Amino acid sequence: MGLQKSEIMLVAAALAIGLLSFVIPDWLAFTTTLAIASALVVLGVVMLMRAGLVSFGQGLYYCIGGYAVGMGGRFLGVTDALLLIGMGVVVTVALAMVLGLLLTRYREIFFAMLTLAFSMILYGILVKSHNLGSTDGFGVGDWTLLWFDPEGGKGSRTVLWLATGVGLAVALFLNRYFGSSMGLACEAIRENEVRVEYMGMSRRQILYINYVIAAAIGSVGGSLTSLAAGHVDPTMAYWTISGEFVFIALLGGTGHVAASFIAAMIFIMVRTYAVELFPNSWQMILGIVLLMIILFLPKGIWSLFTRKRRVAS
Amino acid sequence: MLTVWAILIDGLIYASWLFLVAAGLTVIYGVMRILNMAHGSLYALGAYAAASAIGWYYNGGGDQLWIALTLIAVCAIAIGALAGLIMERGVLRLMYGRDEVLMLIVTFAMLLVLEDVMKIIWGTTPYFAYQPYAAMGRFNIGVLTVSGYQLMVVGVSVAVGLALWFWLERTKIGKILRSIIHDREVSEAMGVNVRRMFTITFMIGAALGAIAGGVTAPIISVVPGVGVEVIVVAFAVVVTGGLGSITGAAIGALIVGLARAISIHTMPELELFIVYAVMAAVLIFRPHGLFGQAVARKI
Amino acid sequence: MGHPTPQAGLRRTLLSTATSVALVSAGVIGFGQAAHAEDTFKVGLVTFLSGGASGPFGVPAAQAAETVIRAINAGELPAPYDTAGVNGLQLESVVIDEAGGPTKQVEEYRNLVQRQNVNAVIGYISSGDCLAVGPVAEEMKTFTIAFDCGTPRLFDEVDNPTYLFRTGLDAVADNVGAAHYLNDAKSDAKRLAGIQQNYAWGQDSWLDFTLSMEQLMPDVEIVDNQTPQIFQGSYGTEISALQTSRPDIIHSSMWGGDMEAFVAQANVRGLLDQATAILTTGESGLHRFKDQAPNGTILGGRGPFGGFMPENELSEWFSKAYEEEHGTPPSYPASKMAQALLGLKYAADNSGAEGVPTSEQLAEALKGASFESVSGTVDMGLAGGHQALQPMLYGEYHYSDETGPELRNVRSYKGACVSPPDGQNAQEWIKAGFPGADCN
Repeated sequence: MGLQKSEIMLVAAALAIGLLSFVIPDWLAFTTTLAIASALVVLGVVMLMRAGLVSFGQGLYYCIGGYAVGMGGRFLGVTDALLLIGMGVVVTVALAMVLGLLLTRYREIFFAMLTLAFSMILYGILVKSHNLGSTDGFGVGDWTLLWFDPEGGKGSRTVLWLATGVGLAVALFLNRYFGSSMGLACEAIRENEVRVEYMGMSRRQILYINYVIAAAIGSVGGSLTSLAAGHVDPTMAYWTISGEFVFIALLGGTGHVAASFIAAMIFIMVRTYAVELFPNSWQMILGIVLLMIILFLPKGIWSLFTRKRRVAS
Repeated sequence: MLTVWAILIDGLIYASWLFLVAAGLTVIYGVMRILNMAHGSLYALGAYAAASAIGWYYNGGGDQLWIALTLIAVCAIAIGALAGLIMERGVLRLMYGRDEVLMLIVTFAMLLVLEDVMKIIWGTTPYFAYQPYAAMGRFNIGVLTVSGYQLMVVGVSVAVGLALWFWLERTKIGKILRSIIHDREVSEAMGVNVRRMFTITFMIGAALGAIAGGVTAPIISVVPGVGVEVIVVAFAVVVTGGLGSITGAAIGALIVGLARAISIHTMPELELFIVYAVMAAVLIFRPHGLFGQAVARKI
Repeated sequence: MGHPTPQAGLRRTLLSTATSVALVSAGVIGFGQAAHAEDTFKVGLVTFLSGGASGPFGVPAAQAAETVIRAINAGELPAPYDTAGVNGLQLESVVIDEAGGPTKQVEEYRNLVQRQNVNAVIGYISSGDCLAVGPVAEEMKTFTIAFDCGTPRLFDEVDNPTYLFRTGLDAVADNVGAAHYLNDAKSDAKRLAGIQQNYAWGQDSWLDFTLSMEQLMPDVEIVDNQTPQIFQGSYGTEISALQTSRPDIIHSSMWGGDMEAFVAQANVRGLLDQATAILTTGESGLHRFKDQAPNGTILGGRGPFGGFMPENELSEWFSKAYEEEHGTPPSYPASKMAQALLGLKYAADNSGAEGVPTSEQLAEALKGASFESVSGTVDMGLAGGHQALQPMLYGEYHYSDETGPELRNVRSYKGACVSPPDGQNAQEWIKAGFPGADCN
């Protein structure tokens, strides 16, 4: 199977970001990095959404990814970014494999609230951890990328390249995954899970694997965020952050992997300009924009593109 | 022994507050299947309205406790019902039939908007309406003292619970609502005006949220963000009890309230987890909450 | 939603790429090239404008900034700040909400420096935000003043600062000072309890305070410490638990609305008849408690700020101007913001620069300096000249309808008495019995 067209476009988009990174100002490079990082977590939420589950606790894995980077550098002396991200994924997968056993029994609001509960329990533990700086968190040490030392790890260009590369890999993987029998089975479960069982597939197993992969991707997003921001703190596991990811996921829609990236970028840009232009009422602006999108684009921003296509054909 | 009594009293007081906060959420979810995140904002609206009414009354030289309490009730109910009407007619109505989760995000967006609206109306300075709380004094029970106002909150909570039960079980509207809960399409076919019922339900649920805030206002200092803090706790109580069940909300509130009191008196450092730990534990053994019913899965 | 044909996928992705490119270039063209005018100095102000910390801290600080910046630009301040502007340049400010957590604040900080091209940043109430932004300030080589945050770890994380300053004290001084005050004013205390918000601030405060008490008043028994959640608002259960442990002193580092609510509830429940409360941030409630706090409650203001400001021309001017404009006397966060702005003006006026001073020139001028402020003369004597060394004050709250709120029995402890010498870990310094402390 050769490259699909949309995969070529994803690669092209990644290359474009890589090239643009030389001309855009630093703040935009940083914002783009954060957008890509949160888009990864959002993709995890989208994966669950395609199976009909909404997680209000994806911050759990986002936070683990972040803390793995921080603690790996601080306590284990690991400085390689990819290794740090890998450590986060290992811890995450181990935890997700345990929690997944329980969580895949739940649906709807109960799934949402249970994921939220686990995420808040991690928040509580971190707040109680005086050695990890409690709510203040701690700074992430300098890091390197393979053989490359980006001036103490804080060069925002390097993080952007790293994020773009990792983001592209995840996007390509998920693009295939959504079209694979696993990915399609998830959608079938959302539509009617009893029939999926009749077809001889185990819905628990499918949901379980789906959940673990979503968690791993969320952890990568958290790691990238902390590499870029240079700081981790327990807020990453707080429920409002998880809510933000659900928010972005709905903004983008579940139609295509690229949607999450675009939605994350739009969300962050709207928020940062709202904060700047209306420091006292940015939440209201954000809320109204969101309501408008839900009202006029019920399938997310992605429906803009599909709708045009339908009109054209 | 003293500690046991203290735990029971504190647990009951906290549970009754939890029930007040959760009642409106339960009513709205039970009938409309909307988990209303903006419930916290309605709570805050009620708190601000009550606090400014009390401030206005006492600063104008008033000193009658019962007038202050009536003001709290009237202002909270009025502002809650009004906000509920606007939210339901202005926003939610356009969204009916959408996914349950999407509705969650819609109410989250309303929460964001309401937070700033309140900031525009009331500013950010904390409002302090302690006069009724101070005026009701305290009762000594051994070494323990309990504030009279908080005992009143227990009474209000019980009254609200009974009223809700009566409304749902013994009135005509209650019967219609139960038919909607049971099967919306059939009740619509039988001539029930579901949309009107939804408006009424949402206004009542919103007013309940505002009452909870109004009653709490004299105890706390009302600041921006008070509402956001109560949402998750209220959600946890409602889910623990079983969504949409008034009895469930009451039992859920009692369990969470007692567990929290036990933790504070014996292991204060666990308090941060306790609500979530109780919810997780209940859900592990009762996947739909204590009084929730498993929905038959469609084939 | 069906699955699109490859053809359609291509078109869609094209569209999306085009959109992203458009978005990005709009950002670059519209905002990347905004150069600032030559005759203004642009300062970014970051403080809470929403959430629970906005009312008691963020908004008073923003209001103080408004008052002081206007006066600086008009040249209306008393000497030595009676020249208009900073280094002759008009001050222009951009206000940003501090809400949203450290990651978002790092993002907003970068935006301030690179998109808004501010010349300096003043801000940060939350310790987490300070810790996250500090290293970024150094990385981006931008003159930054942390005006309020209290974490003692700030200059551990940024261990060799060039651009980062703090014009206030850290939380160690609050709690060492509180222990000294109790030792001097409440030497008969026997049983001590605490109530702290359950996050880093509360945990650190309680640790520093109890360690200091072990040194200064070793006979006092610690009977309980409650840790309610931040913004909980209602403390009924905690108050019962405190009552059952019968303390005679209650230490609390709670702040803002939480602190006021706790005092009101504990007062009604009779807890404050049994025990005296010592509130390390109590000053922000000085003009709000009325008869809700019993007379004799001990308040601190995190240094010589708010009601603890000494009488000098600057503080008199500031109290009057602030009250005229905002209707209430300035509380400690307002004074701290004023102090940070005066620090900025001092640094700019003394930078020796032609036109807009660079961050290096500003940092050079402020490092180790002594400048006049609303809190008296500020000596930038800690963290290698990057943090202020100031006295710590505590006093008793007294209120009557005739006199209004008053602070009585105010005691002041020298900076060198309540802060560890440069480079020493605070907790080790306390445990060792405050070596080198100068308390006379």
